Amino acid sequence: MSAETVEKAIEKKPAEAFLSKRRKKLVSDPLVDDNPITIQVLGICSALAVTTQMKPTLVMAISVIFVVVMSNLVISLMRNTIPSRVRIIVQLAVVATLVTLVSEVLRAFAYDMYKELSVFIGLIITNCIVMGRLEAFALGNKPYDSVLDGFGSALGYSWIILTVAFFRELWGSGSVFGIPVFDYISGIFGPDFKLATNGLMVSPVGAFVILGLIIWVQRTKTGYVEH
Amino acid sequence: MQQSNAYIITFSVILTVVLGLLLSGTSQVLGPMQREAEALDKKKQILGAVISGEEIAAMTPQEVNEYYTNRISSVVVDINGEEVTEQNGAAVTAETVDIAKNYKKPAEERLYPVFIYHAEGSSDKVESYIFPLYGAGLWDAIWGFIALDTDMNTVGGITLAHAGETPGLGARITEPGVQARYVGKEIFDDSGDLVAVEMQKGEGKDYSSQPHQIDGMSGATITGKGVNNMLKDYLGHYQAYIESKKSNQAVAAL
Repeated sequence: MSAETVEKAIEKKPAEAFLSKRRKKLVSDPLVDDNPITIQVLGICSALAVTTQMKPTLVMAISVIFVVVMSNLVISLMRNTIPSRVRIIVQLAVVATLVTLVSEVLRAFAYDMYKELSVFIGLIITNCIVMGRLEAFALGNKPYDSVLDGFGSALGYSWIILTVAFFRELWGSGSVFGIPVFDYISGIFGPDFKLATNGLMVSPVGAFVILGLIIWVQRTKTGYVEH
Repeated sequence: MQQSNAYIITFSVILTVVLGLLLSGTSQVLGPMQREAEALDKKKQILGAVISGEEIAAMTPQEVNEYYTNRISSVVVDINGEEVTEQNGAAVTAETVDIAKNYKKPAEERLYPVFIYHAEGSSDKVESYIFPLYGAGLWDAIWGFIALDTDMNTVGGITLAHAGETPGLGARITEPGVQARYVGKEIFDDSGDLVAVEMQKGEGKDYSSQPHQIDGMSGATITGKGVNNMLKDYLGHYQAYIESKKSNQAVAAL
């Protein structure tokens, strides 16, 4: 489902329900059928970098949701005043401001997370999902629809990186959200039994493997083929 | 769409001013909290050299501050081990010395803070001396704090941190398991020369009978070398202070 078909739908319906079918689709489409990571293959860099553990990944996911939703809202509100020749730099300025806000807030209230994620939070600016949604959707649609669209895309990104992080942390460090699951399981089978962790999962290669598997499973189920 | 140059310039200027005000406003509002968070983080790192990471993680920020105030006293010394109380007319405190900034100066001109971990309430009953470390890893800066027992020879603990070492390889210096390898090692050899503790190449060997060597990190030899150089450099810079404390004890023992 591409942005153009969605735009056409807007023209024929001036007043529609708060959560109409079309609007629900704005949120649900990017979750599976048009997922930014697995279908559009955007935002791979951060999907590899931050997903060694669940906790930083969750913070990253929330930050991305905030940035995408807010930038979509702001750009959509300004869409009729932005001169088209400088629109990219305007989008960039808005996104960069939002990302800096997130980074500053983390630095004040979650310093440990800030230390761990600071570089990657900054790199949300270059996350293609953000600029992609602004160019493809927010510039030509009303604020509320843009917010839904941004929320959907960011959610699609989030569930993928959280899934990757879940398996990487489980197999790489034997824990989930820092809880040592492997130790508990090993405990059940007696003192001599020990589940081994895989160092490959901690390195970015592990993310590629998991991501590849997710894409494989997803495409087998949906029958999606690259064209 | 509005395409005139005047419109574009006006639009850009307004946008820049609005966003700039927003950001500087945020920075002003959050500034004090950020400085507090940074100071707290530094205290946690210092305490990390003498108590375990889990204990620190279990403390609330107030408890960390309280514990720090009760158990840590500090002095600032120069390269000759002499105490420094003011520099360029301004009072010097160990907590405000920026190790990274001092690192850029020649070793003779740097300020060297020392954090003294003592029994609760009595600053005379010293349990260990904590020295900051700073150096270069493979990609970026590495730093940390090392605690020496009162014999000024045995390593009581170490915390290491880094700005950008490779995750899973060099970044492992932050792991408790790696840092624990330093505990109980000695920094002076039998003839009294400073040799520090050297992380070896390769991983999985037993160095428990070697007082100056510890097991390395597989795939992170250069980071390991960076840590070795950092230890040797900084313990060397503190050597005058360390020797002075040592001789004090020798006198006391007689």
